[in-house]
Amino acid sequence: MTLAVSLLPDQQLAALNQAYRKAVARKRLRVALGAAVFFAALVVASVGAEVNLRTLFTYFGHFVSYFDRILTLENGNRVWTDIGEWLWGWRKWSFYLGETILISYVGTLSGAVLAFALNFLAAENTSPAPWPRFVVKRFMEFCRTVPDIVFALIFVIAFGLGPMAGVLAITIHSVGALGKQYMEMVENIDMKPVEGVRSTGADWISCMRFAVLPQVSAGFASYTLLRFEINVRGASVMGFVGAGGIGQELVVAIRKFYYSDVSAILLMIIASVFVIDIGTGWIRGRLFGRDRRA
Amino acid sequence: MSKLPSPDSDGLRARYPAVFDRPASARLATPLMLLGAFGIFAFGLVHLGFSPARMLSGLHQLGWITMMMIPPDPGASLPLYLKALGETLSIALLGTTLAAVFALPVSLLAARNIVPSNLLRFPVRRFLDSIRGVDTLIWALVWINVVGLGPFAGVLAIAVSDFGAFGKLFSEAIEGADQKQVEGIRASGGNALHEIRFGLLPQVLPVIAGQVLYFIESNTRSATIIGIVGAGGIGLQLAEQIRVLEWQKVSFLILMILVAVAAIDWISGKLRFAIIGKRAVV
Repeated sequence: MTLAVSLLPDQQLAALNQAYRKAVARKRLRVALGAAVFFAALVVASVGAEVNLRTLFTYFGHFVSYFDRILTLENGNRVWTDIGEWLWGWRKWSFYLGETILISYVGTLSGAVLAFALNFLAAENTSPAPWPRFVVKRFMEFCRTVPDIVFALIFVIAFGLGPMAGVLAITIHSVGALGKQYMEMVENIDMKPVEGVRSTGADWISCMRFAVLPQVSAGFASYTLLRFEINVRGASVMGFVGAGGIGQELVVAIRKFYYSDVSAILLMIIASVFVIDIGTGWIRGRLFGRDRRA
Repeated sequence: MSKLPSPDSDGLRARYPAVFDRPASARLATPLMLLGAFGIFAFGLVHLGFSPARMLSGLHQLGWITMMMIPPDPGASLPLYLKALGETLSIALLGTTLAAVFALPVSLLAARNIVPSNLLRFPVRRFLDSIRGVDTLIWALVWINVVGLGPFAGVLAIAVSDFGAFGKLFSEAIEGADQKQVEGIRASGGNALHEIRFGLLPQVLPVIAGQVLYFIESNTRSATIIGIVGAGGIGLQLAEQIRVLEWQKVSFLILMILVAVAAIDWISGKLRFAIIGKRAVV
């Protein structure tokens, strides 16, 4: 195969080269300006956050040795040499872990039911009138922007210490987060079935039930399971503010320097989060698998 | 108008047995699952101490608290709160940046097309998963033990917990990159580092930049809460004011958080749009 490369005349080439260099220089300038602004922001931020690199270097050893300490038993052995001693409180911790999972289950389910009831009012294509759409959307925005632990702090004062405050906080947060996801899903449906059902003289509720719901139910279930996963993580720290679950045990262990307990509880939290991730992943696979076959 | 012919129900039954005579297991599966779900729900309500009386008195309290919150009023501490808000934004920005810088090399190790060996990749992935399994608040508590109370602990907490998330997200972005450009670099005689620098990075950097911006946004929310355990920022003020029942200040602080989050949302939306274009803005 012969290859012919045609060289342009020098004059034309020079013009093209110059244009190219100009374009590249402009791009570089923009990147450099962006980087400069970013670094300036970083510097301002590090002053604001009282970053002290000397502290970090002095204390980084502490961070590493912290992990060394939480992996050491009282008698100086490594934790895995004596599992029974390490996980001495596993009955108590399993109970609180179960409570944590129950908190997130009840919270997710009641949040999902409320979000389900509200999202049809908020979606652009199904909302019966503009004003409920506006009200519901702002309400959901508020619910998901205020962090759940802030709600928990307030609810602990209103409802008293205990898991109830945690459940309600997770419910409120789930209403906001799930409501938005549900709503976006409903806004993406095919409107033809809705028109079909409406043309038979059905009212609004029947339209939602027979035209919208069959299109979105699998997606709703998937988002709800995902939210459950996220809420288990969230519920594991609810105890920090007194709203029930394993967090209470953990914060006591950390604050009182019961080192090996910290690692044992963390291990149990991580393990149960793994199990739940895998379990919900499996259920999601089943749900979508069935959907595809149908 | 002519009447429709009456449907031939026997013929329909014969033709679609799967619709008319579903086996009992298929018909009962959904109600049983719903019943089970509701059973666990009811058990949870009882076990977690829900009762109508508690609910009523709590709602009463809550209504009273809401009344006390109006109107929002910072009192004389507005400068303090603004400083705390600045601290929160700094924590989010610094923490996310640190996490991204450290996660990029590690994510290369966790990507299938860079490290083909399952044996090497597996521990890296599990390591990232374990980091993600621990909530930011827990990391904050740990770092407070190490560097003391203050925003610096918050920066490190966000950096560590995002490190896990970024490692996973970046490695997925890298796995999704087009292999052809890498092959092109290899064909022209580039070594492994050249392949990453000129074949991979130009493809994944916009995606990564988008994710980092998104995390800065969501970390503004996280940074508001790590103050609750003492890691600086506006959360510290918020938790204190809730504990001393200064409800007008509480509602003012919540409003500040809402406004700040909305502002950051808006800015990072614009930036993401500028960096990766309309196509990838989800």
